Amino acid sequence: MSTSTVTPPPKKTNRLGLEVLSYKGSKTTLCAGCGHNSISERIVECFYELGVNPYNVAKFSGIGCSSKSPAYFLGMSHGFNGVHGRMPAIATGAILANRTMLGLGVTGDGDTASIGIGQFMHLVRRNIPMIYVIEDNGVYGLTKGQFSATADIGSTQKTGAANDLPPFDCCALAMKWGATFVARSFSGDKKQLQAIIKTAIAHNGLSVIDVISPCVTFNDHQGSTKSYGYMKDHESVLQELDFVPSYDDIAVDIPEGGVMDVQMHDGSHLRIRKLGRDYDPTDRLAGLKWLEDAEAKGEVLTGVLYVNPDKPMFLDMLNLADAPLATLPQTKTRPSREILEEVLEELR
Amino acid sequence: MSTLEVSPSEPVSGPSGHTITNDFSIQVATVNGSGSQTANTVLMRSLFQMGIPVSGKNMFPSNIAGLPTWFTIRASKQGYIGRRKEIDFLVAMNPETAREDVMKLDRGAAVVYDEPLKLNQLRSDLHFYPVPFDKLVAPVCPDAKLRKLVRNMIYDGVVAFLLSIEMDEVHKALVKQFGKRKAKAADLNWGAAKAGFEFAARTFTKSDPYRAERMNATAGKIIIDGNAACALGAMFAGVTVVTWYPITPSSSLVESLIGYLKRFRHDPETGKATYAVVQAEDELASIGMALGAGWAGARSMTATAGPGISLMSEFIGLGYYAEIPAVVFDVERVGPSTGLPTRTQQGDILTNAILSHGDTKHPMFFPCSPEECFSMAIEAFDFAEQFQTPVFVMTDLDLGMNNWMADPFPYPEKPIERGKVLTGEDLDRLGGFARYKDVDGDGVGYRTLPGTKHPLASYFTRGSGHNERALYTEREDDYIHNMDRLAHKFEAMRKHVPGPVVRLAEGAEIGFIAVGTSDYAVRESCDQLRAEYGIEASYIRFRGYPFSEHLQDFIRRHERVYVVDQNRDAQLLALMRLELDPDLIAKLRSIRYYGGLPLDARTVTDETISQEGK
Ligand SMILES: Cc1ncc(C[n+]2csc(CCOP(=O)(O)OP(=O)(O)O)c2C)c(N)n1
Ligand code: SF4
Ligand SMILES: [Mg+2]
Repeated sequence: MSTSTVTPPPKKTNRLGLEVLSYKGSKTTLCAGCGHNSISERIVECFYELGVNPYNVAKFSGIGCSSKSPAYFLGMSHGFNGVHGRMPAIATGAILANRTMLGLGVTGDGDTASIGIGQFMHLVRRNIPMIYVIEDNGVYGLTKGQFSATADIGSTQKTGAANDLPPFDCCALAMKWGATFVARSFSGDKKQLQAIIKTAIAHNGLSVIDVISPCVTFNDHQGSTKSYGYMKDHESVLQELDFVPSYDDIAVDIPEGGVMDVQMHDGSHLRIRKLGRDYDPTDRLAGLKWLEDAEAKGEVLTGVLYVNPDKPMFLDMLNLADAPLATLPQTKTRPSREILEEVLEELR
Repeated sequence: MSTLEVSPSEPVSGPSGHTITNDFSIQVATVNGSGSQTANTVLMRSLFQMGIPVSGKNMFPSNIAGLPTWFTIRASKQGYIGRRKEIDFLVAMNPETAREDVMKLDRGAAVVYDEPLKLNQLRSDLHFYPVPFDKLVAPVCPDAKLRKLVRNMIYDGVVAFLLSIEMDEVHKALVKQFGKRKAKAADLNWGAAKAGFEFAARTFTKSDPYRAERMNATAGKIIIDGNAACALGAMFAGVTVVTWYPITPSSSLVESLIGYLKRFRHDPETGKATYAVVQAEDELASIGMALGAGWAGARSMTATAGPGISLMSEFIGLGYYAEIPAVVFDVERVGPSTGLPTRTQQGDILTNAILSHGDTKHPMFFPCSPEECFSMAIEAFDFAEQFQTPVFVMTDLDLGMNNWMADPFPYPEKPIERGKVLTGEDLDRLGGFARYKDVDGDGVGYRTLPGTKHPLASYFTRGSGHNERALYTEREDDYIHNMDRLAHKFEAMRKHVPGPVVRLAEGAEIGFIAVGTSDYAVRESCDQLRAEYGIEASYIRFRGYPFSEHLQDFIRRHERVYVVDQNRDAQLLALMRLELDPDLIAKLRSIRYYGGLPLDARTVTDETISQEGK
């Protein structure tokens, strides 16, 4: 090494003084070009840019190529790669144990819509405060390309075999049954996905983000409805999104006309500019109708589908102590001698 | 056992000369949903308050209303509180079963029955006491709608007269049962009990020999079911996350716990809960949540029974392999499948020992009494965190749902033990850690909790292959090394599970091995064998798995060792075979009962005698 006295240029850091490196994970082992990799990159960027403390994040996943990805981002956060389809339970338990953690779940369409549909629905019903990213490629990547429950009717496998059952629309399910931030995006749309992930970070409640994330190895051919090509032709972007963090002064600017402003729980803002179509992301029922219509037309609507920052969530209903249950001292968790005596006396 | 073919034999006549004091069993046969539970509890409590050792066992159907149910109360001056097969005193309130109930009785038993049933025509070798319940209830309960419920209290009065149970104690038990808030209901029921007593006093000349007499064997004791005792233990263990999915016979464990937590686990200053209870969508979710919570540092638990255990299997394997603490209360019932949901069995022993695919082994605790439910619940939470693994507390329907006499529980003096958890300061000092490295020689690594504010704190938990640093690996040597460490950790548990209770009889050739509620029958059987056959038997009751080294020692000391199982396939015995040398296995014999009722001493004694060739 040279002994030059030239001071290196200062490294770029975020508001916590952390470099982007602090938000990275180990090297990906997924296929080159896999949509899941792009999503991991967006997660790194968003958490870095917003200056989220990685010690306050807990990562969760099920089983699948997608579910492997938490190893590839936020290496300074604890992570839990559980069993197939049952990440919601693990995440729910962990968040109950420590409500101060920001939960970030990453799952696949098989993990969520096939084996895990039950747990997914109950997570939605409880509106557990966490980010739930579905990396949706319409197939089971890890077991080599079988259809999942989000595969569209008529979509074909590489072998030519066609899917003949209707898909679950995880966004529609989430909107119908209780999630309070619901969005669909495309792994190839960097800007939109960033705004959506950042909004989810700011949201206090369950954020369900269904990201069409092509599997280049098993489902990126002609005949697939989850391929890069198909998205190029059939994606219909609903809005232009802009996320303004709470610590950013611009937040006080009055947005220009035609732009909807949603204030999130932490004081940040989501600015939604409609693109041509008149979609109202606070109108749940209208949104569900939009999704039905788009599906019938073979269109993929992307953008913020539903947002409701004010609905009470499960933890409030439990009247939980503010401090993490996990680390409450014995003085708080073991009742006194007198209480035992009182109970015993009742049993005499 | 007598059968339906028993034909009336020589009549019993007049007051018999001898009396049998504080040694009888009463069976009340009713229809479920008829409110008999209160009357039965009051009867049991009255005896208890007279200082007489009692036990009560409810045999109920898996149904909400309209099917037969039997409640058996055993009074025993010797303190035997296991089930007794023979019924001395029948209260026949259920027309559906009355005939069969009467025909099953041994000669000389007494029968209180609803007069219109005309049971006295069935046999002439029993003592019959007909009671016109409907006639008696009308004047004491003007509201016709309530009569069905109050009617049962009449038999308490009748039985009190016939057995010399003190009416003051009946009154006290009633008041206790209804509490201050339901004083009116207590009054109404008291009127019915008195009406029964007065009717009996006017009408009957006692002809049976059974009698209750005040003693002093229950002073200071409590009455509680095992589920409530587990619940109390969990609360005093400092449980913070409770997840469950309702299933008989475990539901009342969590329901009791919820009741206690609501009363005693809210921060006095903020009113906020220091716990979370979630009724999950199924057992896949309840165990998943418990593990998620345990991973994040909570003291977490769930309670279930066989069908739930089957569903939890995959997650338990994850808990084992990723090394996550959680306590699972398994209140066993009769399997397989839905089986007999309201009957008791020790049916999950073998399943739980190795629950999940691949090589897995899990520690189990076996309480036999409410006292042990309480103390072992507390120990189980410490143990789970100490060894970073799921722990099963194995009770059964008999222990969990029946009322038991128990000594008051001692306050836990030992501070809560949270196991090997590293803080940020520890990490500063150590300069890092390897999650699955055996630093102390006990196979247990150090962990950090999510939320630890230190750059070296995080690690990645997974059910896939991992090395000491919790990194993904498929390497042969990494895998073997890790699996060997887990096996070593399991070995280390032998010394830390609750130790056995050993009773060595001098010169005994035979010994018994049992776990959990088999205890009552086995202890009584040892006495029967000595008194009736002059056979001495030793007895070891294991309270934890992996079994301590006492197992080999006990078998070596005896010629023949009877392993008592409340299941068809000798599961406890099978588990022992897995780790014993052939010469020791050769000494093992099996005594099995799997009819769904609590095991009784006579069954053990008869089977032993038959196998001993006596
Ligand atoms: C209980 C269970 N059944 C089956 C599997 C096999 N399996 C592993 S991943 C997977 C599907 C994953 O699909 P998806 O969630 O869509 O993830 P992707 O690989 O497409 O990202 C399956 C069926 C398993 N791991 N566990
Ligand atoms: S198989 Fe498909 S889903 Fe899996 S890593 Fe490769 S491209 Fe991605
Ligand atoms: Mg997939």
